[in-house]
Amino acid sequence: MENITNFDLDTTPLREVNQFLHGDSSKLNGQCVKIQNPNGAHNIAVGLKADVKVAIQGHAGYYAAGMNQLATVVVEGSAGTGVAENMMSGYVHVKGFASNAAGATAQGGLLVIDGDAGLRCGISLKGADIVVGGSVGSFSAFMAQAGNLVILGDAGDALGDSLYEVRIFVRGKVKSLGADCEEKPMDDEAKKILTDLLRKSGHQDVSPDSFKLFGSARTLYNFHVDHAGAY
Amino acid sequence: MCGIVGLLVKNQSMRANIGGLMMPMLIGMTERGPDSAGMAVFTAPVAANELKYSLYAPSMEFNWKLLVEEFGSHFTNKPKLSTKGNHAIVITSVASQQVKTWLKQSYPNVHLLSVGHSIDVYKDTGLPADVAARYDLPTLSGTHLVGHTRMATESAITPAHAHPFTAGEDWCLVHNGSLSNAHSLRRKLEHEGITFETDNDTEAACRYLEWRMREGDDLKAALEHGFEDLDGFYTLLMGTKTELALVRDPFACKPAVVAEHDDYVAIASEFRSLAHLPDIKNAHVFEPSPKEMYVWKI
Repeated sequence: MENITNFDLDTTPLREVNQFLHGDSSKLNGQCVKIQNPNGAHNIAVGLKADVKVAIQGHAGYYAAGMNQLATVVVEGSAGTGVAENMMSGYVHVKGFASNAAGATAQGGLLVIDGDAGLRCGISLKGADIVVGGSVGSFSAFMAQAGNLVILGDAGDALGDSLYEVRIFVRGKVKSLGADCEEKPMDDEAKKILTDLLRKSGHQDVSPDSFKLFGSARTLYNFHVDHAGAY
Repeated sequence: MCGIVGLLVKNQSMRANIGGLMMPMLIGMTERGPDSAGMAVFTAPVAANELKYSLYAPSMEFNWKLLVEEFGSHFTNKPKLSTKGNHAIVITSVASQQVKTWLKQSYPNVHLLSVGHSIDVYKDTGLPADVAARYDLPTLSGTHLVGHTRMATESAITPAHAHPFTAGEDWCLVHNGSLSNAHSLRRKLEHEGITFETDNDTEAACRYLEWRMREGDDLKAALEHGFEDLDGFYTLLMGTKTELALVRDPFACKPAVVAEHDDYVAIASEFRSLAHLPDIKNAHVFEPSPKEMYVWKI
């Protein structure tokens, strides 16, 4: 039977909860932790390094599940700025909307957002996968370097500005593309990645054929005076 | 940083307790603004031929009765007075320009915080909890309110620099962010004959928008002009006699969260300030879009 530990942030200080989650990983692995009454507190379940399941039962504040490794963190509400920022591995699921800079600089793992994401979603993404059920704000995937960003809704201005090797899949409309971001043909490899991410994020009923793929035109990799205007 | 809070109570029976509902909101924004706090509350309007004035005196022991007596003998019209320490609300039918001129001449140290039919303003330096206790903010009643906690980033920490700022009648503004062209805006407005009481950037935005509306813009048009003329990062929350209005800058750099419920509309910089509102679980919680105007009517 699954070992469940309950915390209530109305009665237990967040520091105590985070210290518990930073405990001996061999003991935490496979455990389930429920956090009641998060009420928008900042830094919930930050810096986890164990294969522990954390359910945040409400709205989380800034930087929830930041720097995550191995853990599964589910926010059963919305999340503030910087959710799953610099995640290394594991799984973070936001059932509501996520504010700005969701998954910023994340290097591994999967971030799933059921609602919309704010501005700069996946900014400087370095290898993680992000699936957004709704739309993303402007400047998303700015300077993103590796990984995949799947957007089931629309994208705001300057999508993928100064992009490196990230794949951006968009089902809705793109308001504008940033410098050096262009639409690319959906090859078999990209389609396979998209299909897999849709399945993992609970969108298996959505057809991968309804997406467009965007990526880097690679004209900004090296400085070329002819491109000066694009910088 | 700074924190903003706004609350518009739709449920009539909850309006008597708007101050109580607001308290956890204001306290929730303490970490965003521990320097000063302020509140504008819109109450039942005074008679059509009257106006009320929120005044701030430099001392908690200020003799408000004497001020009212002198006012009464000067205008042969005794105003109604209610006081909370160094704050007072004076209601009179004397024309506003005469009141302002008399105040400036007779009591140059008394600061005029607001003028209108509905608006009362309280603001001071100190932790939000201390300011709230000082002026009994939990006992406020009214239809809607606009509040602020300040972490000064661009001008001094004084009671006059605390928010809300007001201009005109029944109109106030709080701001969470920073304007980079406040001084040039101010110079522009000074050419229009508009005078300033502080060097605060929010006062520049407040007087700018009020000036636009005086020039004929409605609030929406004034804010459209604002997107052209206000440079910086801001979330602006405004109160009029009958409305709460909210806009974020085109980059949405400064936070805002809205909770719409059958009984109320609540706005704050962060969800932390909304978490303790009654039945918040059944509210529609969302982040307002950049460069979009949101207006809620009482």
